[in-house]
Amino acid sequence: MNPIESKETYKKYVDKKAPPSPILKNCFNAFWVGGLICTLGQIVLNICKERGFDPQTSGTIVSILLIAISAFLTGLNLFNKIGKFAGAGSLVPITGFSNSIVSPAMEYKSEGYVLGVGGKMFTVAGPVLVFGISTAIIVGIIYLIFNTQSITLV
Amino acid sequence: MNIDWSSVFNLESLLKCFLVGGLICVIGQVLIDKTKLTPAKILVIFVTSGVILGGLGIYKYLVDFAGAGATVPLTGFGYNLAKGTIEEVSKLGLLGAFTGGVKSSAGGIAAAVFFGYLAALISKPKMKKQ
Repeated sequence: MNPIESKETYKKYVDKKAPPSPILKNCFNAFWVGGLICTLGQIVLNICKERGFDPQTSGTIVSILLIAISAFLTGLNLFNKIGKFAGAGSLVPITGFSNSIVSPAMEYKSEGYVLGVGGKMFTVAGPVLVFGISTAIIVGIIYLIFNTQSITLV
Repeated sequence: MNIDWSSVFNLESLLKCFLVGGLICVIGQVLIDKTKLTPAKILVIFVTSGVILGGLGIYKYLVDFAGAGATVPLTGFGYNLAKGTIEEVSKLGLLGAFTGGVKSSAGGIAAAVFFGYLAALISKPKMKKQ
């Protein structure tokens, strides 16, 4: 092999040999899988609306359905295959929340059904709920302070 | 009851939902690839920022535009917490700050606990690699 003469040729050489950065491919996969999961939710949402449910109830039905599906897909070891391919595409939708509950619970099954499964299922979901709910309470208190109309209602 | 399938498969609403939902996931993917954040922290960040954006009244516009494209991602879960809290605060005052958020997302949380436990119980043992 020829000796590498300058920094530039060396850089070209490295660029040629290094595998192409997969970030574009990852983003593309995350985009269409994530979009598809949301679209599935939208179809269910539209069906609920056609059936005469109000938007809040329809949203709850969509969440419950997606959570249940992804919980069982995780239990059957199918979700992690999707996750490997889609990355954030299956992590960021509510399916990822459900997956984050079932995965550690499965892993610690050998430690028993109460502290193993029942305890470890909150390894990731616990922090999510702690920060989500706490921030919501702070938002509520700030809203209370800055909204005079609600202060008169107290 | 008859379902009007043409409005269920309304192409415009589905396309908006697909684009926005996909883009929110791309933000998550960039965070995974470009930072050293673990998936657990990314979930926390998404829910928390959803609560903040919901509290500021910004996320509402995204939900109006994209429907499930904005509510299905975890930011939507956070938005739901904030929305429920603010609604209850207007009705009950300080008490609402503690009851509203969980009340509006009770279905999702309960389903996650119940189906999560159930799915873990029936799960096949994981194949050990190596």
